[in-house]
Amino acid sequence: MSVSTRTSATRRGSPAEPAAGAGSLPIAGVTAAPQARPGRGRSWRQKGWLRLISPLVVLALWQIISVTGVVSQQKLPSLTTLWSTAVRLITTTSPTYGTLQGAMAISLERVSIGFAIGGGFAVILAVIAGLSRFGENAVDPIMQALRTLPLFGLIPVFIVWFGIGETPKITLIALGAAIPLYLNTFAGIRGVDGKLAELGQVLGLRRREMIRDIVLPGALPMILVGLRQSLGVAWLALVVAEQINANAGLGFIINQGETFLQQNVIFVALFVYLILGLLTDYIVRLIERRALTWRRGIMET
Amino acid sequence: MATRNHGNLAAERSALGSVAGQGVAAPEVGAPGAAASGVVAQTSGLSRSFAGHVVLDDLDLEIRSGEFVAMIGRSGTGKSTLLRALAGLDRDVTGGLTVSAPVAVVFQEPRLVPWKRVLANVSLGLRASDPRGVARSALDEVGLAERADAWPLTLSGGEAQRAALARALVRDPGLLLLDEPFSALDALTRISMHALVLSLWERHRPAVLLVTHDVDEALALADRVLVLADGKIAHSATITLGRPRDRDHPDLVALRIRLLTELGVATRDVDRE
Repeated sequence: MSVSTRTSATRRGSPAEPAAGAGSLPIAGVTAAPQARPGRGRSWRQKGWLRLISPLVVLALWQIISVTGVVSQQKLPSLTTLWSTAVRLITTTSPTYGTLQGAMAISLERVSIGFAIGGGFAVILAVIAGLSRFGENAVDPIMQALRTLPLFGLIPVFIVWFGIGETPKITLIALGAAIPLYLNTFAGIRGVDGKLAELGQVLGLRRREMIRDIVLPGALPMILVGLRQSLGVAWLALVVAEQINANAGLGFIINQGETFLQQNVIFVALFVYLILGLLTDYIVRLIERRALTWRRGIMET
Repeated sequence: MATRNHGNLAAERSALGSVAGQGVAAPEVGAPGAAASGVVAQTSGLSRSFAGHVVLDDLDLEIRSGEFVAMIGRSGTGKSTLLRALAGLDRDVTGGLTVSAPVAVVFQEPRLVPWKRVLANVSLGLRASDPRGVARSALDEVGLAERADAWPLTLSGGEAQRAALARALVRDPGLLLLDEPFSALDALTRISMHALVLSLWERHRPAVLLVTHDVDEALALADRVLVLADGKIAHSATITLGRPRDRDHPDLVALRIRLLTELGVATRDVDRE
């Protein structure tokens, strides 16, 4: 939950200070000079491999501790056990769990829908708040208030309002995803170089063109920071939402595993969350690299 | 935005004819010929103050079609304020202000949109049937055709400012506002930019208002040099020499001293007079 409350630096139009969350990006801040990362291409990949070492060490330790019985298999199943559990969950349809890929599909669907709704609203609201004083006065206080609200404290309220079907789950994900994306997009828009807005005026850009060609691209680095935080919160909200009253999905599998005291199933589901989280983060990084090529321009000369 | 009397071509420049250094006063450069084709911008009693501090004070100015006007003045005398008012960027001026031609602006810094390639920068907001085609030929005109697909951050200062010129030109302005566009460039680049601006002006004949700190720049380029002081036009001088001009021409030397005096810069030459 800490992820959503970490974005505090974005109040009152104070512009560029990036509301950097976990693993703050090298690309934060609209006006920041492009960072020189010499010889990006190959050394980047090499660095990528280096980064795999420590997780692999952790996994190896895990395996050793578990197999040697330092910690009982009941508490910490070995990786090989987890692997066979995963294979079993994928290849057979159990009455207790369904299939792992089925659960994954359902969870992905919930996150996608929730994120699309929340993210869409967030960007629209941020544009409204970012482009006019009136919009800021209308939208920002509400969003700032929502930001301080403990997301998961809303669950009982949502259950009363929306029942126990998909609606409360998706609402929770949407709300959780919307906040960081809104905050960062708003700050990003306010941080757009005023001289470029003036230029747009001189060039006779229409409002739509101004937003499309100047405002949103200018805010993009911050929007992408917000996007990563948002996706993080979305996954988080999903886990919680799915453990409340679901009969399918990864959270449901965890719940069942808890009920039947099958630690290995819980761990498998957690690993799937982890992989999906890393995957979405990776996708955002790809988008980032493509969308911000113009910053690299300076290094090519 | 209605009247756009493009190019009084009758006032063909005799720049080619006048040998550099001869300083032969070319017949009626600018003034009378252009007057016939009308006024593109006019202010009467234009005033602007910032929190009680008067920057423009009841200023009257007329810029005629096709005319090259340079405005000099010390910092803080309202040059840029006037230019911004003419560009429609300042809604808080009072007094009369009429601009009857499309306006384009080149700012002190190139102000290219960094996330758009050079060509897209030039065609940005352009309402033409083939914006990219028109933009490409404008880039060609400023000698930047081969950088059309470059990112702005990779351009040199001179290249970036040429792209900004192309972006202004491509809009076919009747009034081109240049806000110290060469001040950030090195001396050599500045000289070639002067030549470029002159050739573009001669080809397209917009009225130009060039704001500058540089008296020599004004003398090299303008038909008319205005000195702005205390929010008013303190001095106006017409230059009828053909271009390119020899900066040592006696008329220009005399005018330089005069202008520097107006600007409050004491020179030995001034003392001698």
